[in-house]
Amino acid sequence: MKDMYDVLVIGAGPAGSIAARTAAEKGLDVLLIEKRQEIGDPVRCAEGVSKVHLKKYVEIDKRWICSDLNASHIYAPDGTKIEMAEEIAGGEVGYVLERKVFDRALAEQAAEAGAEVMVKTRATGLIIEDDFVRGARLMHLGKEYDVRARIVIGADGVESKVGRWAGIDTSLKPIDIETCAQYLIAGANIDQHHCEFYIGNEIAPGGYIWVFPKGGGKANVGIGVLGSKTGKFKPRPVDYLNRFMEKKFSDARIVEMVFGGVPVSGSIEKTSTNGLMLIGDAARQSDPITGGGILNAMNAGKIAGEAAYAAISAGDVSLKKLEEVYEKPWRETMGHDINMSLIVKNCFINLSDEELNSLAYSLKNVKFERMSLLDLLQALFKANKKLLWDLRVLFKDAAKEVVKNKT
Amino acid sequence: MSLKINRYKCGYCGACVGVCPKGALELVETWVEVDESTCITCGICDRICPVGAIEVMK
Repeated sequence: MKDMYDVLVIGAGPAGSIAARTAAEKGLDVLLIEKRQEIGDPVRCAEGVSKVHLKKYVEIDKRWICSDLNASHIYAPDGTKIEMAEEIAGGEVGYVLERKVFDRALAEQAAEAGAEVMVKTRATGLIIEDDFVRGARLMHLGKEYDVRARIVIGADGVESKVGRWAGIDTSLKPIDIETCAQYLIAGANIDQHHCEFYIGNEIAPGGYIWVFPKGGGKANVGIGVLGSKTGKFKPRPVDYLNRFMEKKFSDARIVEMVFGGVPVSGSIEKTSTNGLMLIGDAARQSDPITGGGILNAMNAGKIAGEAAYAAISAGDVSLKKLEEVYEKPWRETMGHDINMSLIVKNCFINLSDEELNSLAYSLKNVKFERMSLLDLLQALFKANKKLLWDLRVLFKDAAKEVVKNKT
Repeated sequence: MSLKINRYKCGYCGACVGVCPKGALELVETWVEVDESTCITCGICDRICPVGAIEVMK
């Protein structure tokens, strides 16, 4: 470890590793730190990811793919099943990853590109001078070091401290977080080619239960519950999960327990300041509807790595510059999608089980592989006029897309 | 008043750290630490803990 770098990346998840790799490939001097002694472990993720989108950021390697999915089955509270084929379901699910291998491979790629990587190294504070972030105080094996950097990238996850240290309020309200529990189960007879989602206020208030096959008869069975719908005198996610397990997989063996918090706040006001950018879960960039965060994190990492190069080359790492090279590009692309998902989330968390059943029922016999987003929304609106009103903004947006695609 | 984290129950996921309005919690490697001087024992962390490992002691 030196005492000065071009870029210091805090956190070696998918966001941090891609940022470090991108910056290093541009020729910058990069330090990537991870507070844990093992990158990718413990896992805090359902591990599902879209095939098509993943290919944009990394070459697919069989070593970190557990299963290849071609369909999603969604179950309404009364058991009504909606089947979605790959083209539609592929939005978020396609592969189920082995994050322990995947995350490490991404960090290795950053290292290969020239970034220095240090594990069991955590940031304990930022070096701030003249209102600019100029590095961080790091602790490695009990010893503290001051490391200076032209740009600091905070990729420190849901529990992010980096933003707060720089004066960016990243705290989540209970309605802004899905609180999650998951078991990796073995010994259950699980179809390895499709994933399942279960929705309903009785089984997963404000969230859903997922079953993601992981190869060899194993599966990630997990639940997310909206933070505002759980609490001290209500069942916890782990209680709901146990109930579901008892009903569906009473014979299965639990070989791993996973817990996690997923930001579903939609995009936050600020993700950069003088000399600093936040990316991934630290920037609350996960999707408010699906909770999917891997691809957005990788996308933000790529944008931030390029932004670091642009800002440092220009000799200007001010907020104004970072707004131009980081904030603007991410907000115009995935920021827009995140905000649209937030609108849908805010509508769906208020639907009763009866309403969810009726929506599912109206889609039951629809052939999904030929459906566009617009058709899907139209089918939903037919069943529920109130939904049309609540989601009118989306509808406008979808209509715009159609017009754009025609011209 | 203080916050008690049951480390035998805690799954060190960091969800509590993310919702703490005061930044009083920190996930250090695989355990959660509380800064007693900043914690206002508001109980939001207790509310969202997926396993119920946090208790506000009044």
